[in-house]
Amino acid sequence: MAKLFAVTIVVIVILSAIPIVRNTWHPMEDISTHGQAIDDQLSETMIEAGISFLASQFILAWFIWKFSVSKTQSKKASPVESRSFPGGAAGVVIASFVLVGAEVLALGAFGIKAWANIYFTPPAADAMPVQVQSGQFAFYFRYPGPDGKFGPIHPDMINEANQNIFGLDTDHDPDSKDDIVTAEMAIPVNREVRLLMHSKDVSHSFYVPALRIHQDFVPGLDLQLHFTATKVGRYEIVCSQLCGLGHYNMRAYLSVMSKEDFDSWLKKQATLQ
Amino acid sequence: MNRQSGYRAFAVLSGALILTVVMMVSQRKVKASPPSESSIMGTVKLDGTAPHQRPIDMSKEPSCAAEHKANPVTTENVVVGSGGGLKNVVVYISEGWSGPEQAASGTPTWDQHGCQYIPHVMGLDVNQHFKVTNSDPTSHNIHPMPKPGGPNHEWNKSQPSGAPPIDTSWPAEEVAIHVKCNIHPWMSGYMVVVKGPYGVSDDSGSFKIENVPPGNYTLTAWQETYTPQTQKVTVAAGKPVTANFTFKAK
Repeated sequence: MAKLFAVTIVVIVILSAIPIVRNTWHPMEDISTHGQAIDDQLSETMIEAGISFLASQFILAWFIWKFSVSKTQSKKASPVESRSFPGGAAGVVIASFVLVGAEVLALGAFGIKAWANIYFTPPAADAMPVQVQSGQFAFYFRYPGPDGKFGPIHPDMINEANQNIFGLDTDHDPDSKDDIVTAEMAIPVNREVRLLMHSKDVSHSFYVPALRIHQDFVPGLDLQLHFTATKVGRYEIVCSQLCGLGHYNMRAYLSVMSKEDFDSWLKKQATLQ
Repeated sequence: MNRQSGYRAFAVLSGALILTVVMMVSQRKVKASPPSESSIMGTVKLDGTAPHQRPIDMSKEPSCAAEHKANPVTTENVVVGSGGGLKNVVVYISEGWSGPEQAASGTPTWDQHGCQYIPHVMGLDVNQHFKVTNSDPTSHNIHPMPKPGGPNHEWNKSQPSGAPPIDTSWPAEEVAIHVKCNIHPWMSGYMVVVKGPYGVSDDSGSFKIENVPPGNYTLTAWQETYTPQTQKVTVAAGKPVTANFTFKAK
């Protein structure tokens, strides 16, 4: 029975490893400049974890096979000879601690560069600023307009029925007058974008798989991200932090356009304010 | 008493009983509009230019965005028809009404269609039933927001596509209850709950209040953006009264 169990383990392990090794599922095409490091990190993690998984399961199966005893055998008096791990239980704990710890540290060390690339490098001086406000259950965006400045936000003036999403006081704040508020996000291709993020209410998350961007909105924090899109197209921004009953419906669309298309889009949006 | 007179007595008593019942049933109150009831009608106009109504981008809900592709949708804070008529103004009797609280009949429908509330403004009587329906392929979550701590209680309810209508009413008057959708932030509407009859102005600004008995009344015209206006009217038996309102655009 035990031998059958050992064989079953080996079969399940091999069957589950096959589709991963064959790479049958491909992540969405990466259209960002920083995404390659993230994809590499993911691959390395899969390989390391995969090897550890296979090794641990094969060793487990081998031990089960080697020390398995049939019913008739177990009725005999003499026990099966076994040896203990050097150092006993303490030795096993220390060994696994060192092995697993080394693996995790290695992955962390390799991943630092991918992380720092996004979070510890400043945006370019001419990066285009776009603001995004997440709120139950939609994303809205704001462009600073020709003056290049974002007007102040007055949360007490937020009135979604009147389409004053950001709480702008265009009557009294001159910087707000030319701000362009949109429900869709558009950016020019190959231009670095500085994304200013805040939440109107609870925690949300800005997730664009193709851009390899995934950042939580934390209520009360003003967060920044910078990235560059390298391919024209229409992509989905989905909220990936459970935020309430409409979380499933919370999304917006990101259009990456040529510079000319983006300029005319922004001009058109300005007339729709 | 012998058998013959017993039968006769029984017949007489039964006949009397049947006759009594028939007479009672025939005297049941029949509802007929007293000939002295009248109506108040008029037009609501906007003096000046309506404030700019902002376009609504429904791209986060593609099924609704597709419905409005040909006719883009804007906010409805001030809706003016050709001819200066102001739509969605609720005209009701704020003083002088001594009739029943619920004067209006019927169960109006508040529909969610194309990610908008149809109608944008609904007049209702206290305890008058209304139905909330969802005609869209997407879910909505209707959320009326009456005054906090007041007699009308706040509630919200999800309705997936094809869900049965919600049948409900408001127990107290309130001018007005703002309604929003928890899932689609741009959806907005108002329910105006009053006592007595009311009218809501249409595209041309015309309204009509039916079944008004003779008397002296104060009319109030409510519009979601502007300060309410009042007007005193005297309704005579059987003669319709005209009452016009003009709101001034700031």
